[in-house]
Amino acid sequence: MTTATLGGMPAITYNFAYLDEQTKRMIRRAILKAIAVPGYQVPFAAREMPMPYGWGTGGVQVTAAVLGPDDVLKVIDQGADDTTNAVAIRGFFEKTAGVATTTATTEATVIQTRHRIPETPLRDDQILVYQVPIPEPLRFLEPRETETRQMHALEEYGLMHVKLYEDIARHGHIATTYAYPVEVAGRYVMDPSPIPKFDNPKMDDCPALQLFGAGREKRIYAIPPHTRVRSLDFEDHPFEVQRFAQPCALCAARGVYLDEVILDDRGGRMFVCSDTDYCESRQAAGHRGEMAPPDAALPQPVSPRGEDATRVSDDASSDLSASARGRPAGAGAGAGTGAGTGAGGTEAGHD
Amino acid sequence: MTEQPLLIAETLGKNYGARIGCRDVALEVYPGEVLAVVGESGSGKSTLLGLLSTELEPSAGRVSYRLRDGSLRDLATLGAAERRLLMRTDWGFVRQNPADGLRMAVSAGGNVGERLMAVGRRHYGDIRTEALDWLGRVEIAADRIDDDPRSFSGGMRQRLQIARNLVTRPRLVFMDEPTGGLDVSVQARLLDLVRSLVSEMGLAVIIVTHDLAVARLLSHRMVVMRQGRVIETGLTDQVLDDPREPYTQLLVSSVLAA
Ligand SMILES: Nc1ncnc2c1ncn2[C@@H]1O[C@H](COP(=O)(O)OP(=O)(O)OP(=O)(O)O)[C@@H](O)[C@H]1O
Ligand SMILES: [Mg+2]
Ligand SMILES: [Zn+2]
Repeated sequence: MTTATLGGMPAITYNFAYLDEQTKRMIRRAILKAIAVPGYQVPFAAREMPMPYGWGTGGVQVTAAVLGPDDVLKVIDQGADDTTNAVAIRGFFEKTAGVATTTATTEATVIQTRHRIPETPLRDDQILVYQVPIPEPLRFLEPRETETRQMHALEEYGLMHVKLYEDIARHGHIATTYAYPVEVAGRYVMDPSPIPKFDNPKMDDCPALQLFGAGREKRIYAIPPHTRVRSLDFEDHPFEVQRFAQPCALCAARGVYLDEVILDDRGGRMFVCSDTDYCESRQAAGHRGEMAPPDAALPQPVSPRGEDATRVSDDASSDLSASARGRPAGAGAGAGTGAGTGAGGTEAGHD
Repeated sequence: MTEQPLLIAETLGKNYGARIGCRDVALEVYPGEVLAVVGESGSGKSTLLGLLSTELEPSAGRVSYRLRDGSLRDLATLGAAERRLLMRTDWGFVRQNPADGLRMAVSAGGNVGERLMAVGRRHYGDIRTEALDWLGRVEIAADRIDDDPRSFSGGMRQRLQIARNLVTRPRLVFMDEPTGGLDVSVQARLLDLVRSLVSEMGLAVIIVTHDLAVARLLSHRMVVMRQGRVIETGLTDQVLDDPREPYTQLLVSSVLAA
């Protein structure tokens, strides 16, 4: 048991990382099975957590099961470490597990995420834990779970392409920009959670272990290190990631996922890295975008983006993750100007 | 018609608890042959069709099918994967209720293309070209390809079901009351279409109907069911013009009188 003390007073005691050992063992068994069968959704007996569904209960349980006392935890929501949601989950594990936390991707050993994969390439000593709202990629066309289970078992994935066909028929291109389905290790088709498809290539051959937890639906799945992950497509409509015409306005990074930030109500806006740690590290290293504040303003931990800035969002739940320190977080509406960007293709829920 | 049967049912039976769905049915269907299953409501037609198409599990007897490689297989011994592949490539299903046979929220093109994608086709342009071709063959205008069947009339929905099924060039199609609920002129057009596609493609069809006129128009042979049993079987013209069983005589005369 870990005893946290507050101002000398004995505080509530928790089992390490909140969950009891038996529950953690049960979750670890599910994780091991998920690793053994990459992309396969393993049912598990999800527990009630002291937070509502939609706040990452699936991810939190997976994190609790893999966390050790020496781990260093990072939590991001839409790429940002400082949203209410990320701060709350980080605080939860500081309190219940007493682990060290960080915002630096390079320092973390466990990273829990909602909707993004960090820009900094992950290593083989890191675990990425995704919060998943809807684990079943076939659901939108086949609501019967008995049937989708059969389809997975028999590798009948024609329906996934029907969805992509419909996209092209209606929009002229594959308009799905979030939760873009992937085939894992040449076998199971998997929903990568509502990350932008920009992040899909990062899952392929990734040295880090990737774990996915869906709390409400009680499912865990995994991508073991160095697994082939392929985004589904057509021969004549190959998979493409979003492209951004301009670099980050703060750190000048190219080839990263940008969010549009509204600066004022007179149409002022800028495009900035959705990954705050990546952006701030680059600024600290001296990279300057065209709207970067003067050197003197750095490297304060204060957001250079201005207190009034509003991240463009199409996510009704984004108010849950209002910034704690002036870098307002939103759904990352996909600020790219390339094909297939703009409003999110699929709904991007919490959990 | 060739010499070897495509599908053989032997001593086939189905009980629903104490109730008998159908019992002791034996029949054969040959390649290119249209077999009509007729009988009054509750006589076991749908149950029999379900057994023949492996959608229902028999309480007794068996169904064998000749695969494309020529081998005759007891369908109960096929694995789930093999059976489902058969169902979406070599077989077709046209349901009375289009919502059971179509994806109502998917465009007409997607409905027709689904089977192609299910067998691994991954070229959007080719799939669309083939879907267009099939929509044309079932007389659905090309400019409806991106509309979903919710905006289609009953007759169009049935024609779309047919296109969706025939796109993989199956050898056997099951139909359960495909013209039920359609008005007479729409029925006639659909039956005409089915008839020409059947002869053009050499399809074998097992069609359930309680409309003897449908049986007359489409089928080569027919079986008459009553209380779960096949009570008469023969060439359609023979059965309709010269029924042997008193029950069939009654059925035919009542229809002709009506
Ligand atoms: N799922 C079921 N459970 C119990 N009894 C059933 C079930 N399905 C059919 N039956 C019974 O089996 C018998 C045959 O039914 P079936 O649906 O095969 O008849 P049918 O000839 O297709 O009738 P209809 O012309 O009305 O469609 C009937 O007595 C029916 O009540
Ligand atoms: Mg029936
Ligand atoms: Zn940046």
